[in-house]
Amino acid sequence: MAQAESHPRKYKVIGTRPVRHDGADKVTGRAIYGADLRLNGMVHGKILRSPHAHAVIKSIDTSAAAKLPGVVAVTTSADFPDLQDKIADLGEGAVNLAHLGANVLAHGKALYKGHAVAAVAATSPHVAQEALSLIKVEYEPLPAVTWVLDAMKDDAPLLHDDVYTKSMGKKADKPSNIAAHIHFEKGDVEDAFAGSDLVVEREFKTASVHQGYIEPHVSTALWNQDGHLTIWTSTQGSFTARQQTAELLQVPISQVTVVPCEIGGGFGGKIAVYLEPVAAMLSRKCGRPVKMVMSRDEVFEATGPTPGSSMRVKIGATKDGKLTAGEAWLAYDAGAFPGGVIGPGCMCVFSCYEFPAARVDGYDVLDNKPKTQAYRAPGATQAAFACESVIDELAEKLGIDPIEFRLKNAAKEGTRRVDGPVYPRVGFIETLEAAKASDHWKSPLEGKNRGRGIASGYWFNIGLKSSAAANVNPDGTVSLLEGSTDIGGTRTSVAMQLAETLGITAEAVHPKVVDTDSVGYTDVTGGSRVTFATGLAAYEVGRDILRQMCERAAILWECDAAEVESVDGEFKTKDKRMTFAELAGKLSQTGGPVVGRATVNPEGPTNGFGTHIVDVEVDPDTAKVTVLRYTAIQDAGKAIHPSYVEGQMQGGAVQGIGWALNEEYVFDGEGRMANASYLDYRMPTALDVPHIDTIIVEVPNPAHPYGVRGVGETPIVPPPAAMAVAVYHATGVRMQELPMSPPKLWAAMQK
Amino acid sequence: MATVFIPTQWRDLTADVESVEIEGATLREIARGLEARFPGIAERLGDDGGIAAGVAVSIDGAIASRGMLAPVGPQSEIHFLPAIGGG
Amino acid sequence: MAKKTHVATTINGEPMEFLCEARQSLLEVLRDNLAMTGSKEGCNNGNCGACTVLLDGQPVDSCLVLAVEAEGAEITTVEGIADDSRLHPIQQCFLEEAALQCGVCTPGFIVTAKALLDRNPTPSEHEIRFQLAGNLCRCTGYDKIIRAVQDAGKRMAAEARGASTTTNGSPARQQQKQAT
Repeated sequence: MAQAESHPRKYKVIGTRPVRHDGADKVTGRAIYGADLRLNGMVHGKILRSPHAHAVIKSIDTSAAAKLPGVVAVTTSADFPDLQDKIADLGEGAVNLAHLGANVLAHGKALYKGHAVAAVAATSPHVAQEALSLIKVEYEPLPAVTWVLDAMKDDAPLLHDDVYTKSMGKKADKPSNIAAHIHFEKGDVEDAFAGSDLVVEREFKTASVHQGYIEPHVSTALWNQDGHLTIWTSTQGSFTARQQTAELLQVPISQVTVVPCEIGGGFGGKIAVYLEPVAAMLSRKCGRPVKMVMSRDEVFEATGPTPGSSMRVKIGATKDGKLTAGEAWLAYDAGAFPGGVIGPGCMCVFSCYEFPAARVDGYDVLDNKPKTQAYRAPGATQAAFACESVIDELAEKLGIDPIEFRLKNAAKEGTRRVDGPVYPRVGFIETLEAAKASDHWKSPLEGKNRGRGIASGYWFNIGLKSSAAANVNPDGTVSLLEGSTDIGGTRTSVAMQLAETLGITAEAVHPKVVDTDSVGYTDVTGGSRVTFATGLAAYEVGRDILRQMCERAAILWECDAAEVESVDGEFKTKDKRMTFAELAGKLSQTGGPVVGRATVNPEGPTNGFGTHIVDVEVDPDTAKVTVLRYTAIQDAGKAIHPSYVEGQMQGGAVQGIGWALNEEYVFDGEGRMANASYLDYRMPTALDVPHIDTIIVEVPNPAHPYGVRGVGETPIVPPPAAMAVAVYHATGVRMQELPMSPPKLWAAMQK
Repeated sequence: MATVFIPTQWRDLTADVESVEIEGATLREIARGLEARFPGIAERLGDDGGIAAGVAVSIDGAIASRGMLAPVGPQSEIHFLPAIGGG
Repeated sequence: MAKKTHVATTINGEPMEFLCEARQSLLEVLRDNLAMTGSKEGCNNGNCGACTVLLDGQPVDSCLVLAVEAEGAEITTVEGIADDSRLHPIQQCFLEEAALQCGVCTPGFIVTAKALLDRNPTPSEHEIRFQLAGNLCRCTGYDKIIRAVQDAGKRMAAEARGASTTTNGSPARQQQKQAT
């Protein structure tokens, strides 16, 4: 593990690799995921979805379905409160409730194939499915648009007549598919380009891709006869799910409890609600628990994709390799409702480098696709594909090694970003140095049709709110309650920080993810924030416990609390000492139990940089790309559980390889997704990738007591660009389109 | 006095002024100061006394979580940015 | 209501009888009729492998098997991999080597890996990747899964050697058995 700078702290728990606390349940099939839940009297809900990509819904007749034996409830958007343009702050971002509601069940218009139109609940999923075929919907199909540049044209089919282009709070005067325009500018861009020795400008496009989590969306709701609504669901944020559901149903938040089940992957796609409000409405109508599970084609057709994009990037440099100016034009599709990820795309496109002058324009564009959702570093991967491809071409044309070129221009502490703020201590240069020193970079790549690529990437780690509480048990263990749903081992990475703080073992902390009535408000598991922010909460819980335990020791020792200090799991005065476990066993004599609690809202964002190296071989006859070797390097600040940090880097890299080589939404002439199955969408399998080597760089984050930076998202950012550079060196073709699937690459290779 | 960077898309209201020094101990006081100098900015920045959806305020590199009540220091640097989320 | 069929099988070593509809898959019966929810549904069309079970020793996607086809068969699900008081070496290696993140694909991988290692405890990396190519994982990038399966094979081979030198399994296991 590269140690970028000496860290004064010696840790006992942090940096070790304990078995995760929920491990045994997950390898024996005992863990309860959303779909595994069974309640007495439970019935099953199914959703009828639009076969058209764009259509007016003229009428819905559910009467025949309601009469089918076994059907217990039917619902459409007519049953839901009419929400005006009310904005709800969901912590991680604001949402227009009218749009969220219309995505959950269409209001008047179907805006993409798979858009939910009506729902039924029945005694078995098969009966519910049969009932859907009895619902009569009269549609008036409209022209559809699924490519972002087509959707921006003046004569494009308009999705909403009440969406006007917004530019940082300024609203345009006529409806448009362009929901937002973002613009940043730093320095005199024209002047700076004029003073450049070399300028490279290229256009790029990327297809929509899906997060691809293996567990389909699932929710079970019970609207009890006393008016209380309980929802068991698979979500990245139980508090966010509670708020969205309460707002859409217009009931008080206190009337809703969300119980998070184990979650089978999210990557950003399980933050918005889809099934929760529908299951709730069906339950209210039939008075029984209603369980709804999406099928895989519903997941593809109605949830999550990340934006398809059209991008133009222009960068200038001097002949000795200093960047002079940058210009980026980015159009990302948002799908059927506004609020894509163009903002972070604009903020990330040039975020790895020091640009004396730069301009960024970004557009959030509506089209007839499912409402796009966050996908691991949302918006950054597309932008990095464009920027890093141009950076590599500049380095090549200037005859400078690509790592040296990056080092000459790398963002560092004090660099002013194009969007304004100045970086604190960041570790980009350290990842580049680690790449340069890696065995991979130093080993020559030999053989025909082979090439090596390198690219870097950046993502923010947001802070946001986390709460936690912990009870000290008489045997010296501690039970930790937290609100962050655990998607990738965060129970353990959070528990380890509490253990380190208390001076006890990781195994002596028993973490539990609890429901929205059992812990303080906690924002989503996303934004690379859980190990950082919920870990910070666990640290504060530990401090709270230590403070109280010092007071208890003082009672036992009949001294002043100020005389007691806690060091490495012991409490001591000048002449007395007691272990944590010993004191824990005596708490009842000193006043009763000790409960620690904390709620945090760290504002200082952390910044994660990564650099990836890849070797590929391209079959000259079929254009199939084989990944031969892969190394991912990332600044983790401080790796709490290195295995799970490596796992994030490896998983993100392989998702990025899939994005680069295969994955895309394919649409037919009517704007309908044509490959809504794993077979046709084709995510990477074990046979498609090699081992993913990892190098963790540790440049401690000054804003966290243990130096943690979030690591979850950055690893997906560099891969497509690195793969494109490797493919170039293997074939001589610079691909400016994702995915670089065999038909597209083969066609480019013939030119 | 805090240094407030004006987003390019608001510079139609500031006659292309890129940054200004404004006195204020909270973001609300800064917003009032901005509005006094450049009428119309308050509407772009906020609605109903809060910060508009989709806009985030960075004060000394940290995203202000207390909205208009966020404290501002005498040497603070303030930027208005698009709000971000994460995956 | 469709007419139901009586099916007699052995699941995880125990004789099991159930009634099912002709249209029900083995996965649906395991999960919904028998409350054995360890086998997961990721796609319901044989592409993700999260529902893998052993049918007479062969790994199959239980979503593609009709429950009525299980008549007379021996079925092993993820619930039947561990001993009474001890995890199987594959499960142990998955935990020690962090070969799972969200864990929803894990049951399928463990069952598929068992089929492979029972046949060949020392597979090459390529053989493991080939055998596991029908199981999708979106979190791990497969790296740690491949290593865990490889190490589990070594452990199984070592245990088999140990078992052949003592008479009734390793002493530690005997003690555990007596304790339960």
